Amino acid sequence: MTAKTYHISDDCRYGRTDEWIRLDGTVARVGLSDYAQSELSDIVFVELPSVGTQVEAGEPFGVVESVKAVSDLFAPVSGEIVEVHENLEEHPEWVNEDPYGRGWIIGIAPEDLDAIDGLLTPEDYRAYIKERSEK
Amino acid sequence: MTDAPRRTPLYARHIDAGARMAEFAGYDMPLVYSSIIAEHRAVRSSAGLFDVSHMGEVRLRGPQALELAQRLFTNDVAATPIGGVRYGLLCLEDGGVVDDVTLYRCGDEEVFFCVNAANIETDLAWMREVQQKTGLRCDIIDESEQTALIALQGPTALKLAEALGRGHMPVPRRWRFAESELAGLPVLLSRTGYTGEDGYEIYARAEHALRLWDALREVGGDALQPAGLGARDTLRTEMAYPLYGHELERGLNPVEAGLERFLAFGRGFIGEDALQRAHASGPAQRLVGLLPEGRQVARSGYPILAEDRIGTITSGTYGPSVERPIALGYLAARYAAVGTRLEVGVRGRKVPCEVTQTPFFSRKS
Repeated sequence: MTAKTYHISDDCRYGRTDEWIRLDGTVARVGLSDYAQSELSDIVFVELPSVGTQVEAGEPFGVVESVKAVSDLFAPVSGEIVEVHENLEEHPEWVNEDPYGRGWIIGIAPEDLDAIDGLLTPEDYRAYIKERSEK
Repeated sequence: MTDAPRRTPLYARHIDAGARMAEFAGYDMPLVYSSIIAEHRAVRSSAGLFDVSHMGEVRLRGPQALELAQRLFTNDVAATPIGGVRYGLLCLEDGGVVDDVTLYRCGDEEVFFCVNAANIETDLAWMREVQQKTGLRCDIIDESEQTALIALQGPTALKLAEALGRGHMPVPRRWRFAESELAGLPVLLSRTGYTGEDGYEIYARAEHALRLWDALREVGGDALQPAGLGARDTLRTEMAYPLYGHELERGLNPVEAGLERFLAFGRGFIGEDALQRAHASGPAQRLVGLLPEGRQVARSGYPILAEDRIGTITSGTYGPSVERPIALGYLAARYAAVGTRLEVGVRGRKVPCEVTQTPFFSRKS
């Protein structure tokens, strides 16, 4: 089998449901990992939450639809949603094209900044992907 | 199905190309090579190459082959010229659909059916049962294992095939087929498809499949995109072509599915009486095309709602050429008029939708 290689951005932490989170000051942006966007392929719709929504770690905050499937988006940490990437309404394909850049989905003000450190490191996440793709 | 999925003769090429594989009808098939949308658009704008070797081929040969074919097949066998292809259904006495198939008329004592992979065994059992009841004399030969099928589809498909034909190539008209040679290999070129585009479905011997695929890839270069079952599904949905297991099944009949033009009444096919009655009285439910508002996809199994639930989505996707969500579904016949405004239940929410004409995509639009 030809193993696919996925980009794992070094400046992010990762949730076990394949979201990345990157802290910048007091706001953490959240998106889907390269692995997740590749698994979904052809994203055609991102259902965004409203700014001001409180989210709990591990709870769904939105939905992403690809041509073939629909899947929930889960918050990697608890906090308040302070920004949503409205451009994705017109350009859901950005999640595929640039998952760690202009494919970002929401910004969260985390309740506890340290919670981010409890998530998977890039190395851990790489191992976690490998584990699953070998199943 | 508990057995390991089967592989087509082209399996190694899909793996080499990095395709995402998925099980379909008991076969490990390429779902997508890189992007369903890109593969879909390549088929509409230049050409795509599909491995559809999972499809089955069943030949009827013998003195009464055509008579047995006509008992089984809803379209007109006698009116199909030698070298002609017709689409139709295999129906039960009550009009329920055993399979939707294409019939190839090879001669006066020979036809073959191209059948859905998931139905090969049930089709064979049904054909043998009908043969036993009618006593019609012919051989029923399952050639599925030794036959590869490659679909070359898109506006540049004919030119690509011609480049491999080396001068002695017959070009069959639409809904015709011809014995031919591509890259020095014997093939049956059928001017048919499941995409809404011009092109060929190319039948070849299984042991020639790799050489044929490679030759097509070489002559096509970057302008020929390998395309998976994902794009095959979005392409056929834009054309509102039914897919067995979604729009067609034993509990549904061709009148409900809007396929009356493929019923040759008066030819004595099985299910004719029931379907004539259904045609005369009008069906209680109909298959329609639906355009949901917004960008959410109304998927197979989602409810169609008026005041109450009136139907169910059977296929739904994003249409890459029409650039919006599209869906097919069965609903109570009184709601089937084009322009009727309804709703689809999408994960607990109601999304407005409208009954629309099909196909969703047409070349002129």
